[in-house]
Amino acid sequence: MLSKDEIKNIMDRVMSISTADETSARVSSSRSSLTRFAESHIHQNVSEDNVHLSVNAILGKRMGDASTNKLDDESIKKVVADAIEIAKLVPPDDELLPRLGPQKYREVQSHDPSIDGITSMDRAQSVAEAVSLCEENNLRAAGAFSNGSSCGALGNSKGLFAFHKSSGVNFSMTALGDDSSGWAGKSSHRRAKVDTKSLGAIAVAKAVKSQEPKEIPPGKYTVILEPAAVSVMVFMFGGFNALAVDEGRSFLAGKMGEKVLGDNITLTSDPYHPLHQGRPFDGDGVPTKRVVLMENGVAANLVYDRLTAGKHGVEPTGHGGGGRNAYGAYPSSIVMEGGNATLEEMIASTEKGVLVTRFWYMRVVDPMKVIVTGMTRDGTFWIENGKIAYGIKNFRFNQDVLDMLSKVEMMSESTLAGGMVVPAMKVRDFNFTSGTDAV
Amino acid sequence: MKDLTDLALDTATRLGASYADIRIIRTQYESVSAKNEKVSGIGKSEDEGFGVRVIVDGAWGYSSSSRVTKSEIERISAEAVDIARASATLKKTDVVLAPEEPHEDVWRTPIQKDPFKVPLETKIDLLLKINAGMMKVKDIKVASSQMSFMKELQFFANNEGSFIEQEILRSGAGCSATAVGDGDMQIRSFPSSHGGGFMCRGYEMIEEMPLLDNAQQTAEEASALLRAPKCPEKKADLILGGSQLALQIHESVGHPTELDRVLGTEANYAGTSFATTEKLGKLQYGSPVVNIVADSTVPHGLATIGYDDEGVEAQRWHLIENGLFVGYLTSRETAPVVGEKRSRGAMRADGWQRIPLIRMTNISLMPGEWTLDDLIADTKDGIYMDSNKSWSIDQKRLNFQFGTEIAWEIKNGKKTRMLKNAVYQSMTPEFWNSCDAICNQDHFVLWGVANCGKGQPGQTAEMSHGAAPARFRNIQIL
Repeated sequence: MLSKDEIKNIMDRVMSISTADETSARVSSSRSSLTRFAESHIHQNVSEDNVHLSVNAILGKRMGDASTNKLDDESIKKVVADAIEIAKLVPPDDELLPRLGPQKYREVQSHDPSIDGITSMDRAQSVAEAVSLCEENNLRAAGAFSNGSSCGALGNSKGLFAFHKSSGVNFSMTALGDDSSGWAGKSSHRRAKVDTKSLGAIAVAKAVKSQEPKEIPPGKYTVILEPAAVSVMVFMFGGFNALAVDEGRSFLAGKMGEKVLGDNITLTSDPYHPLHQGRPFDGDGVPTKRVVLMENGVAANLVYDRLTAGKHGVEPTGHGGGGRNAYGAYPSSIVMEGGNATLEEMIASTEKGVLVTRFWYMRVVDPMKVIVTGMTRDGTFWIENGKIAYGIKNFRFNQDVLDMLSKVEMMSESTLAGGMVVPAMKVRDFNFTSGTDAV
Repeated sequence: MKDLTDLALDTATRLGASYADIRIIRTQYESVSAKNEKVSGIGKSEDEGFGVRVIVDGAWGYSSSSRVTKSEIERISAEAVDIARASATLKKTDVVLAPEEPHEDVWRTPIQKDPFKVPLETKIDLLLKINAGMMKVKDIKVASSQMSFMKELQFFANNEGSFIEQEILRSGAGCSATAVGDGDMQIRSFPSSHGGGFMCRGYEMIEEMPLLDNAQQTAEEASALLRAPKCPEKKADLILGGSQLALQIHESVGHPTELDRVLGTEANYAGTSFATTEKLGKLQYGSPVVNIVADSTVPHGLATIGYDDEGVEAQRWHLIENGLFVGYLTSRETAPVVGEKRSRGAMRADGWQRIPLIRMTNISLMPGEWTLDDLIADTKDGIYMDSNKSWSIDQKRLNFQFGTEIAWEIKNGKKTRMLKNAVYQSMTPEFWNSCDAICNQDHFVLWGVANCGKGQPGQTAEMSHGAAPARFRNIQIL
C-alpha cells in the first residue's frame, strides 16, 4: 500500500504537470484479502492490491475528469492531459465553484496495524474454529472473513491536502441445518473487536433453536429487530440531502421542522463517533461536520454540498461527493441514539411477537412514503409469554418505515451493524405480508 | 504478453500448483451524463491489472495486483500458491476440473463504429437535446440522460495450454424523467429502467436508439402518473412487458440455476436456490409454453463472449424446455456434480481483481405465437405492467415481489386507464406455471442488465435477457 509521502509525491507530480487553471486530484491505495467458506470448507480465498488516481481539471467555467490505476510517469501525464482535453470540450457551467484552499481536519483513529498482519493462514484457522462449532451440531457453515486497509487523499493546486487511512475486519457466518439457519456477523476497524468464535457460536445457537420451524400467518405483529435488521431499515432513508428536498424527490420535502418519527428517534451523521471513525472530509475537501438529522422525531437538519449550501446561504456540511455531484450530498456514518434495554428485556416484555435476526433484499417500493419490502432471514423466532418459543418460517414484509419509527417501544444500546451505529428495537404493528419456505 | 503469462504459470507450477491460470486485463471506460440540460458527469478512465488463480493441494488460491511487471507477477503468483495452501487446511475433497481442450484464439465483439472514436461533443449534444425534450413537460423536476462505453482487452492463459485474447465492447444509453407534484414523485425511463439499454455493440447502437424521439413521451408518462390512480389490490391476469419480463427471468430463472448457489457457496450472502440437483429433469418449472435458453453466442448480448474466464468456449443450451427444468449454469469445478462432462462456460469475473464466479450468461424466454394486440384482446380482467421500479426475492429465489414504473388496466380485451405504483407478488414455480401465452418474435427484444451483483468481495456482471410480452394468470397484485 502506498504511504502518505508517496501519495503526496504523486499529487505534487499531477500539480506540476497540469496547465489547467485549477487542478485537483484524488489518489487511493488499498490492499484487501478475503476467505470465503461454504459447506464447511474454504472455496474462495483471494487477495487484491490496487491504486487509483483521478484528476479533475478546470479551465475557466469548464471542468473535465479522467482516471487511471497506473502511476508511472507516462500514465500520470496522460490522465492529466485527458482531463484537460475533456474540460475543453464540455459546455461552460456558470455554477462551477473554485477549488478550496487548505483546510483543517479533525483527527480520527481508524487504522489498526494489527489488521494488516492477518494472514491467509490466520483467517483459515479462525474459519476452521467456527466451522467445527457447526459440525459439532450437525450443521453446515458458510461465511466470509475479510481484512484490509486503504488510504486515500485529496489535493489541489490551491494547496489543499487531505489524507485518510483506515482498516477494517469483517467476519460473518451462516449456520445451516436441513430446515433452519442462523446468522451472526460483525465489522470493525479494530481487530480485537471481532471475535470470530463467539460470532460462530451465536450463528449455531440460532440455527439450532430455529429447527423444525412453524408457519405463522402473515399479519401485523410486534417485532424485536436485532441491530443488523435495524441498520438495513435505516439505510432505506435516502432523503436527508438538501438538493433532493429542493427537487421535491425526498420524503422530507415540505416537512423540515415537522415531527415525522417517534419522540425516541434521534439520528445523526457522525464520522467522529468512536465506532465509526470515518473520513473527516468530503469529496471536495470540506471538513465533515456532525449533523443531527432527526432530533426526537423532528426533521432537524439536512446535509449540504458546497453548491447547494451556497444557494441556501448556509455552510456546507462536508458530505459532498466532489466534482459535479449532480444528485447532492450524502449522509454517511449514521448513528441512531439507543436506549437502556437489553435484547433479553425486550423479549421478556413481549407477550406475543417475532424476533428478527436480519433482513434480506430490501427495496424501496414508494420513496415518498418510505415504504420498503424485504424478507426475514437466518433466525426468525416466535416469542410468547416473554420467551423465545420456537423458530418460524420466514416472511416478506411491506413496511412504512416512518410508521415503524413512530412505534418503537424499547431500544438497546447502539452498536455497529451494517455500517451504521444502531440499537436493537422493539416495534409494534410490523406488517408481514406473505410467507416463504426459504431457509 | 505471452512472456508475462508464461512467467505466472511457470512460477505457480514450480511452487506446487497442479492448475494455474492468469488473466491480464486492460479496460477503458467513458461515460457522459446530463441532468436538467447541463452536463452532470463526464469522464474517461483506464484500468489495468492481473489475477492469478491456482489449485494447490486440491484447493483454490487467488491473488491480484494492478502493477503488471515481471517482478509483481512472480510475487503475486507465489502469494496465490500460499493462499491456496491456507485453503487446503480446510477442504472436504480435492477440487477436480471438468476437462476443456486448450484453445489458442482471438475473439472480438463485432462492432461497426468504435464509440471511443466518436467525439465527446457529439455525445454531449445528443444527451442535452434529450434533456431539453423532457424538460418541456409540466411537472418534470429532474431530466436525466446518459451513455457509457467499456472496452475490455483480456489475455487468458492456463497451464493446460490455452492462450486466448478477447476484446469485449459494451455500449449503453438511456434517459429518465422524474415528475414531482402533490407530495408524489413518479419516474419513467426509456428504453428501460436501471440506466437504459445496453448491448455488446459499437456506437451504431446509440445512433439506432430512438432516444430523442421518445424523450418527450417518456416525460409525459411520468407527469401523467402523478394523477393516475393507484393500481388496485386484487388477483388478476398479468401481462408483463418485455423490459419487466427481462428482470423476472433474471431473478427467478437466472440466479436459481447458477449451480454454485445451488451447491451452497453463496449461502451466507446472496443465498442458495430452490432448484436443487435432484429436481433436474423432473421439476415442472413452468408451463409447457415456457422455453428458456442460456446463450453466450447470441449476437449483441452483454454476456456474448468467445470464451469464459476459465477458457471454456461459449455455448447455447436450454435451462427450461417445454416447462421442464433441464439445465444449470456451470463451471469446470461444478459441471461434474450434475453429471456433465464439460462446463457450460458460465464463469466470469468482474475485472482482474476478482476471481471468476458462475454468472448468468444471456438468458432468454423464447418467443411464442401471439401478437400483443391479440393477447390484450384475449384478456378480460388484467393489468399490463412494464419497466422495473423495485425488486426483491428471497434467498432461495421463491417468494418475489416486483414493482413497475407504469401499468395499465385491461378490461374486456381493451387496454384502458394508466395506473401507478403497480406491484405484483408470487412464488417462482407457481408464477412460471401460470404463464399461458407469450408474444411472437416481432415483439422479442434483447434487454441488457448492466449491474448484476454477486459474491464477496462484490462483483458486477453484465448480461442480456431476450423477452416478448407474456401473460400470467391469476397473479396477486398489491
